[in-house]
Amino acid sequence: MQTVKIVVTGPFNAGKTEFIQSVSEIDVVSTERKITSAAEKVKESTTVALDFGRITVDDDLVLYLFGTPGQKRFDFMWEILSEGMLGFVVMVDSTRPETFREARTILETFRAYAPTPYVVAANKQDCKDAWDIEDMRLALRLDPKVKLLSCVAKDKENVKKVLLELLYSILEEMGEGNS
Amino acid sequence: MALRGNLRDFSITQLLNLINLAHKSGTLVIEGTSEVAQITFREGKLAYAQIGSEENDLAAILQRSRKITPNQARVIRERTRKMSDKEVGLLLINAGYLTQKDILESVQNYCVDVVRRLFTWVEGSFNFNPDQLTPDGKIPVRIDLENLIIEGSRQLREWEQLQEEIPSLDMALKFTERPGTNIRNLNLSLEEWRVVRYVNPKNTIRQIAHATKMNDLEIRRVVYALLQAGLVELVRPGGVPLGGMVRPFQTTNKQEQVSLLNRLINKIRSI
Repeated sequence: MQTVKIVVTGPFNAGKTEFIQSVSEIDVVSTERKITSAAEKVKESTTVALDFGRITVDDDLVLYLFGTPGQKRFDFMWEILSEGMLGFVVMVDSTRPETFREARTILETFRAYAPTPYVVAANKQDCKDAWDIEDMRLALRLDPKVKLLSCVAKDKENVKKVLLELLYSILEEMGEGNS
Repeated sequence: MALRGNLRDFSITQLLNLINLAHKSGTLVIEGTSEVAQITFREGKLAYAQIGSEENDLAAILQRSRKITPNQARVIRERTRKMSDKEVGLLLINAGYLTQKDILESVQNYCVDVVRRLFTWVEGSFNFNPDQLTPDGKIPVRIDLENLIIEGSRQLREWEQLQEEIPSLDMALKFTERPGTNIRNLNLSLEEWRVVRYVNPKNTIRQIAHATKMNDLEIRRVVYALLQAGLVELVRPGGVPLGGMVRPFQTTNKQEQVSLLNRLINKIRSI
């Protein structure tokens, strides 16, 4: 049995857990805790160690999806989670520009841990105050070559599209195409 | 209780605030990573400041504030070898070379500048000695600490922000792949050029700081500016990614890897 993994990262409350839940065939193994900090109390609980989802491809291959904790004080987990990943998805909340800089820092940190392919998912694009994708590209200082994808993490088709784009990027980097 | 401790637990700004509120008199000795500073207070106000081996006689202070030329400073030193700063000051005023205001302003600016430099010290220990006052012969000043405390708080916030942006100095830097950018055409500061010289995945940021004699805050400030400009990116030292320890694929055969990816793609399409 072969196992491969993709890491889903991003700032606090970017939608990482929801993203994994949308496609995982098992209930996401989530290590969530009630939030105590008033500043971060935009939701009731948050991931403190990792989220863990699974997609069984066939008898011989399983894809694991790991969601990183979004709060800065748990960033010691990032290095461990990044080991051996195929690639990673950086989730960004399109409605919270105050988190863009942190998203950029997380992206750079993960790139430093492992220079694997990645895509950026602009989540919550269905919200009326979501930033425009191209404005986000500028704010996040993303190279035009980096895939910045519109996303709604609770929508399975959207999540599939993001994962597929990441896999295409991995294939491209390997110098092979996929029809 | 003795006022002594570590700058990691109690910052320079917090110390100034405490001395200001308690109207303390005495000398705060701060041992940084490479230098020792002595700051003297009188009833909660800054009275004098000096840093380690830095030349701080009155001639040097006046030269720094451009009240006299380097040549005049040399002549003053030669002629007033055994005189204290107070005596030299009186001599210059009586001879009509400078006014009392010129001298006091220069000493005030020097002391404030020393304290400002301390705001970048984040490592080291401190000890407050209430029995030690302004060194003999030095010209004491009387400067309110409030403005300095506000300035220090701003720098502290900057430091905290930079620590979030660059959490570890054990990372290395490499130039981003921007073929259209010619680094020679960029308008970099002297500090930025000094750091740029050492940008190489083999050098950690800490090593660059050591080579360029910058403290933690200064190197973080420069690296942050270079990151913001998109000129460099953070990498693992030696260019070895952590993920390299564990391979993404169990197989090293490229065809098998491509086949595995295609299976993943087909599966996700079918979910």
